[in-house]
Amino acid sequence: MQIYLPIAEVSVNAFLLLGLGGLVGVLSGMFGVGGGFLMTPLLFFIGIPPPVAVATGANQIVASSFSAVLAHFRRRAVDLRMGTVLLIGGLFGAALGVMLFNYLKALGQVDLLVTLFYVVFLGIIGMLMFVESLRAIRRARGGKPATKRKKHTWIQKLPLKMRFRASGLYISVIPPLLVGLSVGVLAAIMGVGGGFIMVPAMIYLLGMPTKVVIGTSLFQIIFVAAFTTMLHAVSSQIVDVVLAVLLLVGGVVGAQFGTRIGSKMKAEQLRILLAILVLAVCFKLGLDLLIEPREVYSISSADAS
Amino acid sequence: MRARLAVALLLLAALPVRGEEVVLGLSQNSVSIDTTFSGSQILLFGAIKREVAIPPDELGVVVTIAGPSQPLDVRRKERRFGIWVNVDAVEVDSAPSFYAVATSGPWDDVLTQVEDLRHKISIPRAIRSVGAPSTVERAQDFTDAVIRIRTRNGAYQIREGAVELSEQTLFRTSVDLPSNLAEGGYVTRIFLTRSGNVVSEYETVIDVRKVGMERWLFELSRENAMIYGLMSLAIAIAAGWAASMAFRLLRRG
Repeated sequence: MQIYLPIAEVSVNAFLLLGLGGLVGVLSGMFGVGGGFLMTPLLFFIGIPPPVAVATGANQIVASSFSAVLAHFRRRAVDLRMGTVLLIGGLFGAALGVMLFNYLKALGQVDLLVTLFYVVFLGIIGMLMFVESLRAIRRARGGKPATKRKKHTWIQKLPLKMRFRASGLYISVIPPLLVGLSVGVLAAIMGVGGGFIMVPAMIYLLGMPTKVVIGTSLFQIIFVAAFTTMLHAVSSQIVDVVLAVLLLVGGVVGAQFGTRIGSKMKAEQLRILLAILVLAVCFKLGLDLLIEPREVYSISSADAS
Repeated sequence: MRARLAVALLLLAALPVRGEEVVLGLSQNSVSIDTTFSGSQILLFGAIKREVAIPPDELGVVVTIAGPSQPLDVRRKERRFGIWVNVDAVEVDSAPSFYAVATSGPWDDVLTQVEDLRHKISIPRAIRSVGAPSTVERAQDFTDAVIRIRTRNGAYQIREGAVELSEQTLFRTSVDLPSNLAEGGYVTRIFLTRSGNVVSEYETVIDVRKVGMERWLFELSRENAMIYGLMSLAIAIAAGWAASMAFRLLRRG
C-alpha cells in the first residue's frame, strides 16, 4: 500500500515503513538502544530526503524513549537531578546543533556533515564495543574475574560540585554539562537520541552506576529530542508526522519481540552482535563517501534559505 | 480603403492560424494528492477544427505539460582528501518540477528550431539559467545534469510519436504523472504545426493540489509551525504512553 508523505513529498510503501520501524524496534528491544542511529541511515536508503529523515527521527525518538522511560520510573532507576543537569547541557547543544545544521544546509554540505558524523561515531563506538565484548567473551572462557576500572582523578578536581543521591555521586556539574552539550549537538545533527554515546559516557566518564544510567539517559533524551523536533519544525518545517507515526507503530511492536529475543541471549553475544551491526552501517555509509558516485551532480531547491 | 482591405486579406492569407484551431478535452482538469496518491495518468484528447480545406503541409501536434517552476541549486561533487564532497554550485534560475513533451512524429519533423526557441518547447529551452558564477567552468554541464537526473526519475519526459493522430483531425495522448509530484498549476500547451511551424496554440492549466489530511498537515506545518511541532510531539508522547500501557496489560493478562 503506497502512502504519500505530506512533508517529505514522496510516496512510499506503508508496509515498508512499518517493517523498518519493526526491524529497528526489534534491535532496540534486544540491545536497549533507541535505534535512531540505525533508523536515520535506513530512511536515507529508502529515499526519504536526509533533512526530513533526521528531523522526523528526532520525533520518533520522543515516542520510543517516553514508552521506555515509564518502565524505568516504575523501577525508580532515574536520577532526576543528574538528568536535569545533563538536560541543561543538552538543550544548549541541540540549539547549537540545529544552528550548525541550518548553516551547513545553506552551504549545501549538510548531507556530508550528517554522513561524516555517522561514519566517525558509529566507527568509534562499534570498534570499542567489538573489542570490549571480545575481551569479555575471552574472560568468560578463561574464568578470570573482570579487572576494575581506574577512576579519573581530574574529574574530581573540578569546581561547582553537586550531590547526586540516586547515583551516589558527589562530582562537579561541568562534566555532565559537557556530556549533555555534545550529545545535544549530535542529536540535532544526526537525528538520534544519542543513547549509544550517552550511556558509555555516563558509565566511563561520570562513573554512574549502571542501573540508573539507561533510565536517566532516556529521561534527558526525551526532552532534547522534543526540543530538537520543535526547532526543526519551526526553523525548516521538515518534520513529517505521517512518517513518524508509521515508524512508531512498527517500532513499538518490534521492541516487544526484541526484548523477548534479547532475554534469551548472553550479554556478551548481544553486545558483539550490536557492534557488528553498528560497524556494518558505518562501513556502508563510509563506502558511499569513498566510492565515486554514479552521479556527481545533485539538485536541491534553492528556496530553502 | 481598397488598399487596406487588400493588406488585411494578404495578412489573413499569410496567417493560416485562422484556418485551424485546437479543441481539447482532458480526462481530468485537476489532480488531487491524497494519502494514497501514487501517481496519476492524464489523458488528453482533442480535435482540429478547421474552416478551410486540409492544407498540404505535414501536420504535427506537440503537447507539453509543465509543473511549477522553481529556482534550483545544482551541486557537483569532487574527490577531496579521499572523500566525495560538494565542491561547486550553480543556481538554475527556473526549472519546472515536472515537464513532459509528447509529439505526433519525429522531433525535427514537427517543430523547427526557431519555433522551439520562440515557444520554449523542448526541455533545455524550458529551463532558464542565467548568471552562473564566473568561478564555475562549464556551467552548461549543471543544466545538463538537471535534465539527466530528472529524466532518469521520470520528472522530465520526451516522448516522440506518442501523440496519436487520426484523419488529420483527431489526436490523443496520455501523460504519466509520477508520485513525487509538486503542488501547483500544471500549464498544459498544445501546439499545432504545419511543416514545423506553429499554426495554432492552445493553453490550459491542470491544478495539482494536496487534499484532505495531506493538505491540512502541509498547511499547518508551514503556517503554524509551532502548533505543528507541538502536535507531532503530543502524538509521539501519546503513542509512547499507549504502547507502554498496552504491553503492561498484555503482560498481566
